[in-house]
Amino acid sequence: MKAFLILEDGTLFEGIHIGAEKEIISEIVFNTSMAGYLEVLTDPSYAGQAVCMTYPLIGNYGICKDDMESDRPWPDGLIVRELSRIPSNFRCDMTIQQFLEKNGIPGIAGIDTRALTRILREKGTMNGMITTNEKYDLEEILPKLKAYTTGKVVDIVTCREKYTLSVAQDLSDNGPISGSSQFRQEAYERGIREKKPSMVRELTGSGLKVALLDLGAKANIARSLAARGCEVTVYPAFTTAKEIIDAKPDGIMLSNGPGDPKECTEVIRQIRMLYDTDIPIFAICLGHQLMALAAGADTYKMKYGHRGGNHPVKDLETGRVYISSQNHGYVVDTKNLDPKVAQPAFVNVNDGTNEGLSYTGRNIFTVQFHPEACPGPQDCGDLFERFIKMMWRKKNA
Amino acid sequence: MPKNPNVKRVLVIGSGPIVIGQAAEFDYAGTQACRSLKEEGMEVILVNSNPATIMTDGDIADKVYIEPLTAKVLEEIIRKEKPDSLLPNMGGQAGLNLGMELDESGFLAKHGVTLLGTTAKTIRKAEDRLEFKETMEKIGEPCAPSLVVENIEDGVAFAHKIGYPVVLRPAYTLGGSGGGIAHNQIELEEILANGLRLSRVGQVLVERCIAGWKEIEYEVMRDGAGNCITVCNMENIDPVGVHTGDSIVVAPSQTLGDKEYQMLRSSALNIINELGITGGCNVQFALHPTSFEYCVIEVNPRVSRSSALASKATGYPIAKVAAKIALGYTLDEIKNAITGKTYASFEPTLDYCVVKIPRLPFDKFITAKRTLTTQMKATGEVMSIGNNFEGALMKAIRSLEQHVDCLRSYDFSALSAEELKERMKIVDDQRIYLIAEAIRKGVDYDTIHEITMVDHWFIDKIAILTEMEARLEREPLTVELLKEAKRLEFPDTVIARLTGKTEEEIKTMRYDNGIVAAFKMVDTCAAEFAASTPYYYSVFGSETEVEETHPKKKVLVLGSGPIRIGQGIEFDYCCVHATWAFAREGYETIIINNNPETVSTDFDIADKLYFEPLTPEDVENIVNVEKPDGAVVQFGGQTAIKLTESLMKMGVPILGTKAEDVDAAEDRELFDKILEETRIPRAAGGTVYTAAQAKEVANRLGYPVLVRPSYVLGGQGMQIALSDQEIEEFMAVINRYEQEHPILVDKYLQGKELEVDAVCDGTDILIPGIMEHIERTGVHSGDSISVYPAPTVSEKVKETIAEYSRRLAAALHVIGLINIQFIAMDDEVYVIEVNPRSSRTVPYISKVTGIPIVDLATEVIIGKKIRELGYEPGLQPAADYYAVKMPVFSFEKIRGAEISLGPEMKSTGECLGIARTFNEALYKAFLGAGVNLPKHRQMIITVKDADKGEAIGVARRFEKLGYIIYATRSTAAALREAGIKARKVNKIRQESPTVMDLILGHKIDLVIDTPTQGRDKSRDGFLIRRTAIETGVNCLTSLDTAAALVSSLENAASQGEMTLIDIATIARRGKA
Repeated sequence: MKAFLILEDGTLFEGIHIGAEKEIISEIVFNTSMAGYLEVLTDPSYAGQAVCMTYPLIGNYGICKDDMESDRPWPDGLIVRELSRIPSNFRCDMTIQQFLEKNGIPGIAGIDTRALTRILREKGTMNGMITTNEKYDLEEILPKLKAYTTGKVVDIVTCREKYTLSVAQDLSDNGPISGSSQFRQEAYERGIREKKPSMVRELTGSGLKVALLDLGAKANIARSLAARGCEVTVYPAFTTAKEIIDAKPDGIMLSNGPGDPKECTEVIRQIRMLYDTDIPIFAICLGHQLMALAAGADTYKMKYGHRGGNHPVKDLETGRVYISSQNHGYVVDTKNLDPKVAQPAFVNVNDGTNEGLSYTGRNIFTVQFHPEACPGPQDCGDLFERFIKMMWRKKNA
Repeated sequence: MPKNPNVKRVLVIGSGPIVIGQAAEFDYAGTQACRSLKEEGMEVILVNSNPATIMTDGDIADKVYIEPLTAKVLEEIIRKEKPDSLLPNMGGQAGLNLGMELDESGFLAKHGVTLLGTTAKTIRKAEDRLEFKETMEKIGEPCAPSLVVENIEDGVAFAHKIGYPVVLRPAYTLGGSGGGIAHNQIELEEILANGLRLSRVGQVLVERCIAGWKEIEYEVMRDGAGNCITVCNMENIDPVGVHTGDSIVVAPSQTLGDKEYQMLRSSALNIINELGITGGCNVQFALHPTSFEYCVIEVNPRVSRSSALASKATGYPIAKVAAKIALGYTLDEIKNAITGKTYASFEPTLDYCVVKIPRLPFDKFITAKRTLTTQMKATGEVMSIGNNFEGALMKAIRSLEQHVDCLRSYDFSALSAEELKERMKIVDDQRIYLIAEAIRKGVDYDTIHEITMVDHWFIDKIAILTEMEARLEREPLTVELLKEAKRLEFPDTVIARLTGKTEEEIKTMRYDNGIVAAFKMVDTCAAEFAASTPYYYSVFGSETEVEETHPKKKVLVLGSGPIRIGQGIEFDYCCVHATWAFAREGYETIIINNNPETVSTDFDIADKLYFEPLTPEDVENIVNVEKPDGAVVQFGGQTAIKLTESLMKMGVPILGTKAEDVDAAEDRELFDKILEETRIPRAAGGTVYTAAQAKEVANRLGYPVLVRPSYVLGGQGMQIALSDQEIEEFMAVINRYEQEHPILVDKYLQGKELEVDAVCDGTDILIPGIMEHIERTGVHSGDSISVYPAPTVSEKVKETIAEYSRRLAAALHVIGLINIQFIAMDDEVYVIEVNPRSSRTVPYISKVTGIPIVDLATEVIIGKKIRELGYEPGLQPAADYYAVKMPVFSFEKIRGAEISLGPEMKSTGECLGIARTFNEALYKAFLGAGVNLPKHRQMIITVKDADKGEAIGVARRFEKLGYIIYATRSTAAALREAGIKARKVNKIRQESPTVMDLILGHKIDLVIDTPTQGRDKSRDGFLIRRTAIETGVNCLTSLDTAAALVSSLENAASQGEMTLIDIATIARRGKA
């Protein structure tokens, strides 16, 4: 079946319909990761958006449920050059076609995704429509497209009730460690096929309680902490600061999430209260933006954002550059940042935008990129170690 | 970190002659590194024995030494030039080994020379099997269970413990020389013995066989501050067991999820960090297909063939960045040359799919085993880019120029499904065609996967292509079907064949329906940032990104495709120089080529680069978009010449010598007419199509005769026939492929062979010098030792050659380059063949005479005259030194290949010896080719009857040098009769000890074996020669070569100091 992608500037792409049969209007963004389409699809930060994968061959290894970053896909639509006819991976549970259909996600394939990316790069992120209606009427559609906003998406993606994650008692709870000699010689001989390769080598967080505020959290944030031995309690985004503080966590983790940070007025108010405590806080992506807003800084929308697994970020303290996983359309404005409140800690090497803040005189540090990876490079996983150290320092003080 | 202020004079080591496993990629890396160093204001001193390279040009480095790559020579150069630093990791394994040797001996420290880039300690950690394994264990990165052994007993015991099959990998060898998989003890003992001998340190790794696992590679970069990135990952379609150089490789990996991708990426970064590599590095993994278990196969702590491929696949210039890192820069300080905005500290992301296919030499060595193993056999490779895998595969197949253009190009349709299943067990270069046929015959994916271990995903892609073939055959050709076929990159020729239409009809249908190629950009970032590099690939069904360019004159330079025997990097040298010369003259330049190893496909050589197959259709797609003012075909070897007619049909003017004149040189009748008019003699001959005609001509001329196809390069298919029977045999080989042009049968003349490369401007001719071949006619010019200036011919012959060259160039209206080969018998000169285009000797003669003939040819093509360019026409005065070009072979890599020299070219590369005297030049050339004698002072001579007289002279001279000479019965008798104390040794099938035992005893320096004429594969001689080569014993099949070798050894014995000649000085003198 034919499908069409119509952009708010009137650009039209004709392709083949994939996934669920449904017409959607959404914000069109592109992601440059070459692998990890399932992690992208299940990242709640994409709520309210339709994602175009710039890598042309998608679905090659099917859907491996273990790799999902939440229990369902969140984007409104998926835009690809080509979906693989068969999936090939030993863990594959179903095809991407089945997954999209089952979860009611429509999409379009067979379009020139590079041409689309170039348009978004030049003109900035735009709204668009995916439809199978061949009799579409641009005059009727375009005003609708222009009117679309992602709205208060955090409310949709956050968990309904708080819950606690089981904690790794020893390293083997994380699955045998990839590359470890223990796994190689013994586990393999016993016929164990590792399911969750983990790069964690020590349980440094045992005995620490972390409160994770779920603003649309990717599963691997909680997993990264639990894998290191932290006891993680996940709270819905509408939880009050008081409830979290009363639980006496050793640290608070603010997660990633979708949408315009300025829409989250109530969450910002609560975070301001967390800011005023002396509980160590680590925040990622939307959490980072909300903390900045809570502390009086500003954010703005980028032309087309950062979405992919190849962005270099520089740690301003050490001068080291890390390749990071990213997914954000908004960024903290450091131009008017009060150094008495916070200092830039990380910067994007490509465009100089802010990638992290260190809060002056407080146990708070926040990053714009994704140390939990999934998809993307795992180079920044030791930021969780840094958070754990921070919690220990506070606890032992 | 800013650059290190103590680095000012850098010595760069190149990789030497091209051999299998070490090819043009190091010219690319070295050239990039040198340019990068010069950009930083460094003075660059370059050493490389290979004269065909671009890196050995006066404009690439400040000082250029084309000298043998030995520690002794390097020490001399260091003493003379006093560099403060040495960059060893651009010259492949050869360069790295040499750098290590100098470091270990303490010479570098003593002379205040710092090793730049990766340290010696790191190199040892990565290259020494034991240290590497220990390091991997320390950081918890798994290796396959393995043991380093130094003798056979330990190897056998360990293999018994871990179970067969086992893989054997000798330490410190290139291209996996001497390695292999042993399935039982007998095989183990054989391979192990050989590997122990070939290893520089006498170590071989015996390890658990992980054949059948996915083979995945990562190209990683690390700077001195510890910042790491991966440039690219690649997946081999052929699983572990086939050398990655012989595998079909796809980038990025296709069947890995993010978990696997990141697990291996993290591992690669862990490893590069632990090893402390600064610069580029290649990490190879084996990944279990149904688990997360993986093993590190090996790490190359330097630029490599894979890094060249990764650079071209992503647009990230690894060698250039590595050179900057060596100077102290960090990745975030180095600009990304493609975007001009971002920095080198990012990871390229692809929005296309890249396929590499190796170019295997089985069309040259038709007797060789086609089986692929862990020992690399490919001489070159092609790369293609598309936005789907099927299309990229189809483009790569037709880029190979091996009479293949689709998955039906090898016809296995006669095999049944059962036979195919058996046949697929053999791992060879035809496997994808077999898989395709198996799919056609209904063999299911699981079965194919079980036999080949090729991933289901790739099998399905091959199936998509076979399904399209079937649809084209059965269904009416609708616009939709044609669109889909083009999306899968079916060329018009194949569509025409399958649909029964003509190519013209398909093209018309395409154009009428707007089905034309679009061009996309390789930009390192999947269009995230605007890029300014004009590096393009074609796809169907998309919008084009090529921008209308400024109104300069626009010239198309056609490249020479994959490196193969007979068409090597010499032609890339010519293309690159021509491109630069056109640019200097104000032209906009466009290169089309498909070889990822070369300098010409570096994105900053031409104004625009099109990475595309060199077929008429693919070129036409580009012509339609670019509308060039002209094309040059004379620099790109046969690949480019073959496109002449098609270009003319497209309306593109051919710059330089006209196509009809090129034809006149190839067409027997036209050429004979020209020779008659110009009164130039040649050997009598005739043109034929069939064996019967050939026999008739041969009998008229009298045997021996030379049989060869026309319009070929490198003497492909050329043979000397002695009898009707051999004529039949050779004609059958030539006619394996349908011949468009007649086959030539000529009387074979045995004399001195001479060669010139010249530039002609239509009026005047400039001949830089005459080259003389050491071997008599009958040995292909590319396999002969070539000497400039010609040492043994008379002035009269030289004058005649100059005169004939002038007449021929005039008669053929040559504008640009011409190569002519002559035979001199006494003072009579005959012409053998004329090629109005660039030749293999062009870089060599340019460098040793200092006359940049490619530049001059380009200027002449543009319309300048030789006199305007500051040169006096005619034969130039001879130099006051000698330059010897020595062929280098890779016979040990190709099991079953006949090594005896003949009219068909077999060498893969060349090196140069240059010195004040002929003998010293000869000595250096042999040394450069790896002939470092004497060692044991024992040799074997076994020659055919006709050669016995001459063999005596040679043997006597060897005896004088202290050699003990062993000879088979009749040769021994002849030698003894002449008073030489030859020891008789039994023939192969006689009682022990035989010739074979002697060779296998590793006490022999040299075997001289002149084969009885014709192909004697079944005879003893063949066995002796193969055994010698595989045992690492020098083996010569021409007495001329043997005489040259003994002269060089006599010289070495009598001489002390070596002279060093800076080629850059010659170049500058030449230009003045």
